[in-house]
Order: sequence, then C-alpha cells, then structure tokens
Amino acid sequence: MTIQFKDETFRDDYTFKNSEWAVNRFPFPFHEDSYMYSVNMEPHQSFRPGSVFEHRFDVDEHYLSEMRDRAQVLAEDPLRCQSLPHMTLAGWDLLELIMVSKSEDYPDLFQLNRDDNNWHWINKPMGIDQKFTFLDEATLPYGPMEYITRQTQGDFAVLDQRDDNLWMDAGMITTQADWSLDFDIGMNFFEWHAPVPKAHELGIFVRALKFLLNVQQGLPARRLNWTMTVNPLLDTSPENYSKWGVQKQELTLENMPDKMHLRVELQTFFRLPRSNALVFPIRCYLIKLGEVVTVPKWGRRLHRVLRDLPEELATYKGFIGNRPKIIEWLSRYDDGAPTSPGIWPD
Amino acid sequence: MTNSVFEPSIKSRPVYGTLAARPGKAHLMIADAEGAEAILDMAQTAPEGLFTKTQIMFIPKATGDTYVRQLQALKPAQFYVGPSYNASVSRLQRVLKDAHMGLQIYLAGTEGLIGQAMFEAVSAGIPHTALQTEHRGSTARRMQCVHCKGITEDVTTDPFQCAHCGLHLFVRDHYSRRIAAFQGVRIDAEDPGNVPIPVERFK
Amino acid sequence: MSAGSAKIPVTVAEITPVTDLITRFRFARRDGGPLPVFSGGAHTVVEMQDGDTLRRNPYSLMGDPADQSSYSISVRRDDQGRGGSLFMHSQCRVGMDMVISNPVNLFALDLRGRKHLMLAGGIGITPFLAQIKQLAASNGRFELHYAARSAAHAAYADDLRAAHPGNVHIYHGDQDQRFDLEHLLDGQPLGTHVYVCGPLRMIGQVRDTAANLGWPREAVHSEEFLAPKSGKPFQVKLAVSNKVIEVGEHQSLLEAIEAAGVEAPYLCRGGACGQCETDVIGYDGKFLHNDHWLDADARASGKKIMPCVSRFEGKTLVLDR
Repeated sequence: MTIQFKDETFRDDYTFKNSEWAVNRFPFPFHEDSYMYSVNMEPHQSFRPGSVFEHRFDVDEHYLSEMRDRAQVLAEDPLRCQSLPHMTLAGWDLLELIMVSKSEDYPDLFQLNRDDNNWHWINKPMGIDQKFTFLDEATLPYGPMEYITRQTQGDFAVLDQRDDNLWMDAGMITTQADWSLDFDIGMNFFEWHAPVPKAHELGIFVRALKFLLNVQQGLPARRLNWTMTVNPLLDTSPENYSKWGVQKQELTLENMPDKMHLRVELQTFFRLPRSNALVFPIRCYLIKLGEVVTVPKWGRRLHRVLRDLPEELATYKGFIGNRPKIIEWLSRYDDGAPTSPGIWPD
Repeated sequence: MTNSVFEPSIKSRPVYGTLAARPGKAHLMIADAEGAEAILDMAQTAPEGLFTKTQIMFIPKATGDTYVRQLQALKPAQFYVGPSYNASVSRLQRVLKDAHMGLQIYLAGTEGLIGQAMFEAVSAGIPHTALQTEHRGSTARRMQCVHCKGITEDVTTDPFQCAHCGLHLFVRDHYSRRIAAFQGVRIDAEDPGNVPIPVERFK
Repeated sequence: MSAGSAKIPVTVAEITPVTDLITRFRFARRDGGPLPVFSGGAHTVVEMQDGDTLRRNPYSLMGDPADQSSYSISVRRDDQGRGGSLFMHSQCRVGMDMVISNPVNLFALDLRGRKHLMLAGGIGITPFLAQIKQLAASNGRFELHYAARSAAHAAYADDLRAAHPGNVHIYHGDQDQRFDLEHLLDGQPLGTHVYVCGPLRMIGQVRDTAANLGWPREAVHSEEFLAPKSGKPFQVKLAVSNKVIEVGEHQSLLEAIEAAGVEAPYLCRGGACGQCETDVIGYDGKFLHNDHWLDADARASGKKIMPCVSRFEGKTLVLDR
C-alpha cells in the first residue's frame, strides 16, 4: 500500500495518533499473559507482509513527523548525536546499510544510484536529492551516521566490538526510554545496562552479550522491549526529565485512553561489514491505551501483564505511581477470557 | 589509614584496587591528598630502582606539606607538586604525548582525581583496564548534572544542588569514565518543589 | 539462530601457485553478483565435498576488503593434515562450484589504534594482506614484520615490499634472520596495537615479551586457527536428536555431528570463538581438549566440550545436542 504520511506532533499539543492500519500492525510485545526478562532474540528475517517485521528498516505513517521531531531535539541539544573518532567507518557502514535496504524495500520512496564511490541518494518523502562521494565526509552536510539517521526512524546505537565486549562509541539517540547517550557513550555492554534491576543477577546480560558478539554479517537479529509513557513523547530523555516527568501527574481515569501509551522498542542488530562494528537500531512505536483495547486480546493481556509485574520492574520502567490507575482502567477490558498464544490480534 | 572500602554497587561504578609495582621501563604516578599514602605503601615492596624511572605528580589539596617530603624521599626521576588537578592537566597531557607503550600508570586518591587522570591516559591510548587505581581519602563525589551538563565537585550530600543550574539532584551510582563523574538527576521532576532534606552520604 | 553463517554459492575463478607449498584460490559469486565487503582480518569457511566427507575449513580473506568482485584465500598444503588443504591442492579446479560462508572477523583491527604493528609467521601473513589494504585506504599507520623459512617460502613478500617499501620488513629463517621482539615492541608510541598471526609458539613469545615490557593485554591481538587433530575413532550419543554417531579417525566431532544431519552452531571451527560449546550430559573416559576457549575449570568440570577441535577416548560420551 502507499503510506499516507501524517502531520502530527510528539510535544506541546500532542496530536500523534495511530490509524487503524498502524494499530493492526503494532508490535505488541507480550506473547503471553505475563512478563519477565529473557534473551528473546530471533533472526530479523522478513515475515508477515505489512507488519513492522517485513522490512529491515520499517517506514510508517509517522515518518515525516518523527524526523521533524528529531530535528527539533537536535537543534535544542546537539549532544544527542555523537560519534567517537574511530567510529566514522562504522557510520559509513550504517549509511550504506540503510540506503541499500530502503531503496530495495521501498523503491517508490527511496532511490540509490552508485557508480563506484559516486553515490546519488533520493529520499522522496523528505524531498532530499544528494550526490556525494562514499567514504568522503566532506561531501555530506553531516557525518555519515548523523546524515542517514536524520532520515531514518528510531534511535541508533553503534557499538564497537573489541576485547570480547561491545562498546557504545557512537549513537543518534532522541527517542529514548530515559537514558543519556552523552553520559553513556564509551561504556561497555555491562556498564550502560548497569542501572537495569534484576537482569544482571539473572545472567541476562552475559547471555545477551555472548549472542550479540556472534551476530554475523547477513544474519541480523531482533527483539522487542517495552515501557509505559504518559503523552506520546518520543523524547523521554533524562536531559528533559524536568519537562516530561511532571506530566505523569496529569493522568486520570478519564484521560487514560488518550494520554497513557504503551511504548514498544523494536530492537534490531546488524553486523557492519567494513568496521566489524554492530549497529543496534532501537525503533520506538507508541500506541494509546484507547487504541490497544480496540484489539480485545491485547486489552485483556496488557491488564494481566501490568497487574502482575514485579514492583521493581514497574519502578524501573517509571510507572509505579500510576500503576493502580492504569490497572483499574484496563480491568474494564479484561473479562477473564483466555487469550491465544503469540502477539498477533485474533 | 588504608584504602577505602565501598558498598557493592552497579556495574558502571568504578572499582578500585591496591597499587602494586609492575614491570615497565617508565612509570607515572599521580595522586592527590591521602593518595600519597598509597604510593608510599607501594614503595615499601617495590623493586629497587623503580623510582629512578618514575615521575610523580602530586596534588596535596588540604594535606599541605604532610606528604611532600616523604614522596620526595623516594627520589623519583621527576617530581611535580601542583596546586590543583586543573592546573596540572596540561603538564599531564604533555607527559603522555611523548610516552611509549609499556608506560605504567598508578592513580591514587579521590575519585575525581583518579577519574580525570584516567580520562587523559585513555585518550592517550592506554586501555582503562591497564591503569592501576587505589582510592584514598575523601569519598566526596564528582557529579554531572544530566540536565545542564555542569559538573559539581566534592559532593557530600544526597540530594545536592547543582552548582550551575541550581536544580536539586539525587546522586546515582551510574558513572561515566568519559566525563569522570557520577550522574545527578533532578529529584523533584515529577513533583516540583518536593525536595527531601539532604543527607550526608560521602565524607 | 541458525548454525554457522550465511552461505554464498561461488565458482573457483582462478588457481595460482604462490610457493611450492602455498596456492591461492580466487572465488566469484556463481550468479555474477557482488560479494559482501568485509573488514581486514576476516575469514570465510570453505565447504569441501571430499568423497563422503563434508569438510568446512576457515581461511583468512586476503584481498582488498572493499573489492566485491571476488574473494581470495591462500592455502598451505599440509601433508600430515586431515585432508582439507590436500583437497584444495589436489582436487579443486577452476570452474568448480563451491560454497563459502559470509565473512566472519575474529581478528579485527582495533580502529582506535594510533599505529598497528603486525607480526606474521609463514602462512599467518594472509589476514595482514587484507588489513594492510584496509589501512592503506584510510591512511592508517602500520609496520609489518614477516618471518618465513626462506625467500622462496615468503609468499607475497615481494609485492608487499614493492607496495609499502618503508613499512615492510622480511626475515628469512635460512639466513638466521629472526624477530628481535624486545626491540620491536620497545619504544612504540602510546596507542600502538600489536597483532600476531603465526605458529602458537610465536604467539606465546609475543604475548610474554609484551607483558614483560608492560604492554596492556588489550593491545595485543592474536589469531591462530587450530586444525582439528586426527585421533582414534570414538562413539557419541546425541541425546536431543537421539542418535548414536561414530567419529572417524580423520573427522572432527563437529563434522560427525553435521554428517548425522544434526544442526550445531559454529563460527571459527578452530577452537577460538566459543560458538560451538556443547554441554556434556554424561561420560566415562577422557576428554582430549584441543581448544583455546574452555578454561581450566570448565575442562575439569567434565561438562563442556568444543566439538570443532576436541576429541574423546573412552567408553561413553553423551552430548546435549
């Protein structure tokens, strides 16, 4: 289908909402009625045409508005995009991966013509027509990572691989669930995950790292993660916590369906060929609780998951204070009927 | 006085050891205040001749002359006493610029000194895991305000007030080697004005 | 995830003798399309259908990492080996269809390095050929020291010297030329990384000398592919797939598992990467651990084996596979 790009906001008047098309393809993260950490990795292969898993980099109706929001975040705080000096080659790897993937997966929207290192990139939705020399930073308006991620939905952590660890040495992070690239840049896998409760004790990160170190060229992987966000905010950064933290108090049973959002991250992992780095795109999908419950299975399941979630996790995910209200509202959509396995609507 | 003992914490919080002489043709020891004691203790078991290939950079802070003469008595090849870490940075950078692989670095004293000197050494090309550290003296923390990015030195209470933007911040154990600081986050962001009374956590 | 890496169907495009022991093979995609770019130091796993035996041997990619038209490897004939190199030397023909894996890099350059000091012994030169091309394209600073038995055995030495006259140093064993490791490592600028590829003894010497000179462990990189050793045949029970298999004299345990149609993960097939680590459910006998992966505790536990290079002698061995 042709994507109808929407003109909407993720700040101030918060006009973001999902079309019925976007709701039905939403990556609902719970495959059963309860949740605990796991190394829930699977191959990032194309499946379910129309779903967010069909293409290597999903483009949806929120594309243009999300890119506008990113540009605003960067104008206010350029430190959201940083790359340590040895990561430039990985930036070119990422630019190539995204340009090649998007031009193959969405030929009506993106075109890439390559004659040796003379490249011509056309991004029709954003009205960009750029000729440049591959591997020559001077021919692009930004560094290669910043250039391409200003045109691609989702955050991007670019990880250097060395000494049997992954190091977060570059990134474009403007739609994050409360962590700071500026603070975390340069950390290794265990260090940047240090604040996550419980998972270290469960051995989650040791197993996840072992898996990620062995992600191979041509065999990307993916997993889903989630949290809850009041208002459709892409930028829930610690830097701006003063601005969005206070909004948590605005939640009532009446505004719940429009104000409370389930925030899902589609995390993918690609080996980058020239640099041997790993790119970790973190694509944020938002859905209003009012939209969630239009799928009866999701309404029942979300109620049960949030109700039974250990307190530590609800605290870490930042909704412990609002949990009673959220559960009360969701309980209206849970008749106790059994739910079918898997994440998809019945 | 011996090296400081810290509560077990999260994986990003630095862990300090005990200095020990290692093989190497050149040695650089950097300490502030009571950190001098770590060097003096190590010197007791160090192989003969170690200090003839050693440069010591020492920032006495409030200890005044207490340790200067003792360090001098070790007869290091070069001995520098500086009034503050900031004043010594350009010298440190200059020393590292001409250094060679195999240089052994020993950092001792407060977290602020250890962290900032470590940043210079890592920037010069030494992996952070190859640097020896020993914590001595004040456990006051060097904090970065995640909101305004300003650094507040020698924080002893939690919460504390950012010296730059004035927000009241709580002290996290999350630590950045690159910034050489712990992270401070606004404590009343969700409930403006509701700031708990500061408690002294670090001395 | 699936076992191994993504596969590429290729045709042997060219076979070139380099020395009396070393032969170069060039592969192009069967469909004529571009091969993936890679990073210097990467290897590919070449599948060889040797009679009834499917062999999979890793070889360093030695061409320009940015050249997508073909891949080149150099294979040293090992007359005492299990047959992989002999197969390549005696049975591989131009025009033959083969299958290779996507590139995997377990010996990558540390791109933070201010300078890259490369030490090669014999056939260990191959990963450096690709790394040097990568560095030359990005103005990276390097210095290569390459030891071979004699001038006639020093594959690619002339090309290297011609292309990088100031950076390449060749040592001939028959003229009593040896690395002076202490001299080579001493006085290198901060931020230098040293890379060594060659015989195990050489790797050990470099690591020891570097440690004695106070080099950080993280600045010393090495690669040694172990060829699986031959040994007495033995029997293994695969508990998950409920099969009893025989491991032949010149077959690795991993190859025998694969020959039985059981999927098992792997990457390097040389005892280095840890990917094929397999749980032992029960055993009565003695493990012959030949890998670099398991530490002393893991070996002593009797609960792990690396089937790519390790073997077993005794009555019974039951694996979780």
